Amino acid sequence: MALFKLSINNRSYDADVEQDTPLLWVLRDNLGLVGTKYGCGIAQCGACTVHLDGKAVRSCVLPVSAVGKGKVTTIEGLSEKGDHPVQKAWDEVDVAQCGYCQAGQIMTAAALLKEKPKPTDQEIVTTMSGNLCRCGTYHRIREAVKVAASKSNQ
Amino acid sequence: MKIAAAAGGGLFLGFNWTNSNALPVVVDAKSIAAGSIHFNAYLSIGIDNIITIVSPNPEIGQGIKTAFPMVVAEELDADWKLVKTVQGNLDTTIFERQVTGGSGAVPHSWERLRNAGATARHLLIEAAASTWKVPAAECSTENGNVLHKTSGKSLTYGQLAEAASKLEAPKEVKLKSEKDFKLIGQSVRNVDNLDIATGKPLFGLDFYREGMLFALIQRPKAFGLKLKSVNADAAKAMPGIVDVVTFENSVAVVGKSTWQVKKAKDALKIEYEKGAELESTADHNRIFTQLMDNGEATVRRKNGDAEAAFKGAAKVIKAEYQCPFLPHSPLEPMNFFAHVREDGVELVGPTQTPDRARTEVAKLTGIAPEKITVEITRQGGGFGRRLAADFVLEAAHVSKLVKAPVKVIWTREDDMTGGIYRPAVRYRFEAALDKNGEMIGYKLRGVGINSGNPTREDNFPSGSVDNLLIDSVEHKSPITTGPWRAPITNFLAFAEQSFLDEVAEAAGKDPVAFRLALLEKAKKSPAGEVKYDVDRMIGVIKMAAEKSNWGKKKGVFQGFSVYFSHRSYVAQVGEVTMEKGKPVLKNVIAAVDCGIVINKSGSLQQVRGGVVDGVGHAMYGNMTFKDGAPDQTNFNGFRLIRMSEIPEVDVHFVDNGISPTGLGEPALPPAGGAVANAFYKATKQRLRNQPFINEDAFKGIS
Repeated sequence: MALFKLSINNRSYDADVEQDTPLLWVLRDNLGLVGTKYGCGIAQCGACTVHLDGKAVRSCVLPVSAVGKGKVTTIEGLSEKGDHPVQKAWDEVDVAQCGYCQAGQIMTAAALLKEKPKPTDQEIVTTMSGNLCRCGTYHRIREAVKVAASKSNQ
Repeated sequence: MKIAAAAGGGLFLGFNWTNSNALPVVVDAKSIAAGSIHFNAYLSIGIDNIITIVSPNPEIGQGIKTAFPMVVAEELDADWKLVKTVQGNLDTTIFERQVTGGSGAVPHSWERLRNAGATARHLLIEAAASTWKVPAAECSTENGNVLHKTSGKSLTYGQLAEAASKLEAPKEVKLKSEKDFKLIGQSVRNVDNLDIATGKPLFGLDFYREGMLFALIQRPKAFGLKLKSVNADAAKAMPGIVDVVTFENSVAVVGKSTWQVKKAKDALKIEYEKGAELESTADHNRIFTQLMDNGEATVRRKNGDAEAAFKGAAKVIKAEYQCPFLPHSPLEPMNFFAHVREDGVELVGPTQTPDRARTEVAKLTGIAPEKITVEITRQGGGFGRRLAADFVLEAAHVSKLVKAPVKVIWTREDDMTGGIYRPAVRYRFEAALDKNGEMIGYKLRGVGINSGNPTREDNFPSGSVDNLLIDSVEHKSPITTGPWRAPITNFLAFAEQSFLDEVAEAAGKDPVAFRLALLEKAKKSPAGEVKYDVDRMIGVIKMAAEKSNWGKKKGVFQGFSVYFSHRSYVAQVGEVTMEKGKPVLKNVIAAVDCGIVINKSGSLQQVRGGVVDGVGHAMYGNMTFKDGAPDQTNFNGFRLIRMSEIPEVDVHFVDNGISPTGLGEPALPPAGGAVANAFYKATKQRLRNQPFINEDAFKGIS
């Protein structure tokens, strides 16, 4: 066990865990941030996507010891009131069926738009194809990313 | 609840959903907030105008938590913005059929929900009429208010709730005419959208409790193995591990965090021994061939004399179709919380059948069902997997053994290799045509591995062919199976609709005209009983043909498919184009008759999602075995469809005013056939086995 000081959602957290513990399980089991989901544990589905220094990463394969001084953002910290353009677009387009994968989808989309505020259709599909949605809400995910892109530039 | 309580000891008007003559119940808001009331099946109206509606059926992504309250609110003339939805817990004393399965929740509850809303509306009008001393017939309702238009008076439902709650409920109440629906048929957003988009703890896996332990379970790695011995010394010595317990063929590692438990589980030393045959996929292929020819078949349906028809046929068409086992792969893996105490059991988690979970835990623990509570969480998909209660029983087992509250978590590998799969099935279809190309004989044999009856003997084309024989053969296997979204029909529909395409071609007929002619025959001179609605089936076929501009598009290869399941009818046209010499699936056009559409947005997505699910698993879904062990253990080996692989899906609903008939499953079965038939038009190659990507016809294409 070792003590890790983590910066998550602009707050400082202490976690006393083994150094190989994936960030995902530190968030969920130790810090009570359960918005980040477990789906596969091998970086295949994207349900665990968080931002590390603004970039989308898979927290299920990121050991807590590798986070260092990096700034972590989870779905809980994407916006204060749930009004990030991507979150708003997800509601407007009514994307979710079961909803389990959507935090990861939203974090992936938010990172994409931060890097490329006006992505092409192909860039949206290529980026979002890394995230699985078992319910098959892909059409609406694609549409919501476009809606968010159009609104965040106004 | 909080809002109601904050309004200060307000009164609630409650209605029991299971009785058609909904009974009013007066409830003190403070007691509701304290959780001490004895019922929870109600629609309540707070003095602050907030209307709370309990949705008793498990929400797995089918949208029930939004659709159910819409129906109540419609009849109530409520202001949708003031409606709050609450997930009900298991309570068999007040709810019926608290199940998510068979696409049956809305058909079952439609009248009950409407009556609940209409009864409340009736009482609110009575209360207003009595307050104003005017005849009730002069009063109307709108958006959460009772109005007396002649005098211009109006009162909100919240102002009337207390008085209304003291009136006697009528035994019968008049329902709205469907043409007056204002909310039903509109697009209403998922009531949990904000909580989902902000990461609130909604799902079973998100449930945490002070003092709760985590458990991961090592089950036998192959079907047919049983536990021989366990050496848990190394695992027990690892940090955070509280105990290692054994029950049946399972070894549970219990500890203080998921990761610690996972590492300790990997350190277990377990020996297994053979308890049954360790089957491989090669064995299954051999078994299919043997049983298809020599198996002892159970006759499912027989009309006329099939043998004679085939003897006298001008042409006989014969083809076989096969599908593999499939895991359900809900993105939230199996998990459940249990706290087994001496005086009762607390269960919390994702289950499609909370009553079954309770019944089985009662049997296991010897604790009476009334002392067992089941809290239903939102569920990260189900697809039939959560109809079983194995994972609930595991949680109860472990909690009982370690005498502590425990959450059992399945890793993805556990979820994929843990069994209860869609059964593998092989079909042989035969059709006899006379010299005019009329189908005078039809035979279907299904061979299934733990599939039960792999046919749906009364579905189309039964009823439209004079001489018909449908039978099946079963192979019992240690590999466990269970319902998988649209059980049996998820593959049977593809096989049957592809075969009918082969028959239509052999008869020299257009696939749509061929199906329509069969249906006309079923209508005019049915062969035996017809257990589907011929007109509804014709309706969706014609709609899909019209919306897809069937047979008239240049450079587009179209394939047709239609299926009846779960009381609803769906026809689909798949569209393939050739790009750089390769076939590309561009579109699926779906015509759906599920009766009245409650939530347009949710229903549209339900169909699209069903098509994506159907196409995805038909294209890529494959689970194979070696010596009883699954070859695929996670999403790196088992391929699920991704955004870059989906066709556009164009959805059309039939507007016929029929009471709702189910939508969670019916869009899936026709998808594979629509795609395969379009693929055939483009390439002249038949896809007869799933997954399509493993077919010779597909090699070098995808």
